Amino acid sequence: MLKKRIIPCLDVDRGRVVKGVNFVDLIDAGDPVEQAKIYNSEGADELCFLDITASSDDRETLFEVVKKTAENCFIPLTVGGGVRTIDDISRLLHHGADKVSINTAAVENIDLVAKAAKKYGSSTIVIAVDAKKNGDKSWNIFTHGGRKPTDIDALEYCIEVANLGAGEILLTSMDRDGTKIGFDNELLSTVSSSIDIPVIASGGVGNLEHFVEGVLKGGASALLAASIFHFGEYSIKDVKTYLAEQNIAVRI
Amino acid sequence: MKLVIINYGSGNLHSVHKAFEAVNNNLENPYEITVTNTPSEILNADKLVLPGVGAFQDCKNAIHKIDGLFESLEQVVIGEKKAFMGICVGMQLLAEKSLEFGECEGFGWIPGEVIKIEAPADFKIPHMGWNEVTFRNHELLNNISQNTDFYFVHSYYFRTQKNENCIATTKYPNPITAAVLKENIFGTQFHPEKSHNNGKQIIKNFLEWGPS
Repeated sequence: MLKKRIIPCLDVDRGRVVKGVNFVDLIDAGDPVEQAKIYNSEGADELCFLDITASSDDRETLFEVVKKTAENCFIPLTVGGGVRTIDDISRLLHHGADKVSINTAAVENIDLVAKAAKKYGSSTIVIAVDAKKNGDKSWNIFTHGGRKPTDIDALEYCIEVANLGAGEILLTSMDRDGTKIGFDNELLSTVSSSIDIPVIASGGVGNLEHFVEGVLKGGASALLAASIFHFGEYSIKDVKTYLAEQNIAVRI
Repeated sequence: MKLVIINYGSGNLHSVHKAFEAVNNNLENPYEITVTNTPSEILNADKLVLPGVGAFQDCKNAIHKIDGLFESLEQVVIGEKKAFMGICVGMQLLAEKSLEFGECEGFGWIPGEVIKIEAPADFKIPHMGWNEVTFRNHELLNNISQNTDFYFVHSYYFRTQKNENCIATTKYPNPITAAVLKENIFGTQFHPEKSHNNGKQIIKNFLEWGPS
């Protein structure tokens, strides 16, 4: 049976791991390569790096981090943040990323999704969507790391990028991110039940039960979390053991 | 001994290279690993690896665009029976044809065709993530337990014409070919380079394999 994936996400700023609460108040939590190695040995199913480096001058550090991680961790590595062009994708893949996640650039230039999927294969292209509740069963997407609102409907957008060849959707709830009150399972199930490609749940996980709900109520194929792992509240193994006890298939 | 990893611009080339290097460094008699698309180097290889991600047709076109690449591959693999391993689309290319984006001819080294995964609506396509593999006993699967998880990412699969060429399967929920074998030609649908320690074991088995 296909397993539900547990994906630790590292927010990386100028080569260092940080994690924000509601995208602000960043706290330093270590060296990304060292953290990646720990997750790799603990049984993470994939790794995700989100580069939040503001200045493009400092982006070279990310490539080094990706390269070193890929040399040490033999599980899939997704890298996102600041990916704007086919050339950006190409450089990340060349340095060892297996998938590249695109957020703002896909919203601003939807053609990029089709072009990237055609050139590197759908499985390589993850579309990251930051969504905020706007009404009953309605969410709008935000761009620029959650700073810029749009009037684009999240569900319609996810359907569109799936049709254009995106391989999966990394769906973050802006309302839940950093709150530790659980995934927005209504958002997840609305999107997941409307598209064929896998949806990765993100934003809000605070305890082990939240992971279970993301699968059973949200219909997520994979569960992404950051701070809950970084600060040692739960290990990957804790999460997987708990999911297995609830009869959810995971790789142990 | 020379191991050649074929470079035709495939997206997983770097990962495959790093994984093979990591395993190779621990061998008693390590290979000299070269990443290349030069026919003369391919002709000198003792073992060959063909990575591949993306669309079947794009991969095939990329190979044929490089002068003499396919011909040299065919000579060492079919003519001289050197051990060969294809990964993901690099494995699917061994088929006679693929039905992805219209019909496209493959290498035709193993009878069968590459077709879309058919699964009930609640099964997401692509088939992406870790799934259990069952297999026929073979030295290429030494030190791997039945039902071990490997990492898959694909929407099409290789339906071999002969059962004997399908040595491993996974279920989604119908059986899907996970690995193929014909004499000196081996291929995996899953990504050993991304399947952690069990993936490395498959790579080790391939490096130690001496097909007769």
